Amino acid sequence: MRRHYAALIASLVLGGCATSSQDLIVLLPDKEGKVGTVVVQGQKGKAVLNTAYAAARTTSDGGVQRGTASQSEVKDVFGSALAAQPSRPISFILYFESGNDEFTEESKQEVKRLLAEMARRQAPDITVIGHTDLVGPDPSNDALSLQRAERVKSILAGMGIPAERILTAGRGRREPLIPTAEGVSEPRNRRVEINVR
Amino acid sequence: MQSARLILIAFACGIAPIAGWAGDIAQFRVAKGSVYLERSGQRLPAHVGTHLQATDTVVTGADGSAGIAFVDNSLLSVGPNSVLAIERYAFNSTTHEGAFESSLRRGTLSVVSGKIAKQSPDAMKVKTPSSILGVRGTEFLVRSSD
Repeated sequence: MRRHYAALIASLVLGGCATSSQDLIVLLPDKEGKVGTVVVQGQKGKAVLNTAYAAARTTSDGGVQRGTASQSEVKDVFGSALAAQPSRPISFILYFESGNDEFTEESKQEVKRLLAEMARRQAPDITVIGHTDLVGPDPSNDALSLQRAERVKSILAGMGIPAERILTAGRGRREPLIPTAEGVSEPRNRRVEINVR
Repeated sequence: MQSARLILIAFACGIAPIAGWAGDIAQFRVAKGSVYLERSGQRLPAHVGTHLQATDTVVTGADGSAGIAFVDNSLLSVGPNSVLAIERYAFNSTTHEGAFESSLRRGTLSVVSGKIAKQSPDAMKVKTPSSILGVRGTEFLVRSSD
């Protein structure tokens, strides 16, 4: 009885700002329509969101209520935040001619597309990521892939991209583009990937 | 603890987790209206291209909104009257291991998770004053109760 009374007072006090007195969490589909998972842990309850527009609302007693959010509610509450989302990062892949430091003919065209994409963005930054094939162990591939990334960084800096806007990373053999067996020399896996943000 | 060890290992191997930019983890890609950074007790204006550091807090005014791209490709954006504290950010660009914890103290937030959450399902967390979100990807929205 006493608890009901307390809840009544709480709802009267909070009544004036009822729409923002609770947390609201909404899961969205990504650009391909797929959804991930977010686990919302409140003081007492918990909700797992794993379908498009699934929503969790916290309650005044510390619980978490699972429901859905309409697209118009999403627009009303989150319109400004959504409008301020940065452009999605874009990825470019470059290959060297075997045995020398030159980009392949196709990759030279890809570099032009990369520069055009950077020109479209305001103050973009990039990460140059080296990848290897599945020949040899992690440590040597990590070092080799970082060397490749550094080489591409100096080429891009030579083209006028400010070096302080270029990060480098050596991903080694962890992310082959073409899955192969151990020890297979696969030229398509020996590549440099560039993320433009 | 575990990520502190990872960072130590990364340095021991000569691989800086964020090579090239000591301490810089993200940049503003969008800044509309009044947008500030709070860093070590100081309030700094934020513009497109301004770098963020782990433990910075992003603050927007009534007319403000901001979009931030992190080096692991996580994208966070906030609406008006928002306070977003970056509490912890570590990213190893070789292994993709890391930790990303932020706290939405007020306002609205949109998240597109990046490489950290993809590599380790428990590495990204978003807090509000009354809840903790465990992020296994990828796109979601948060409004913090006042």
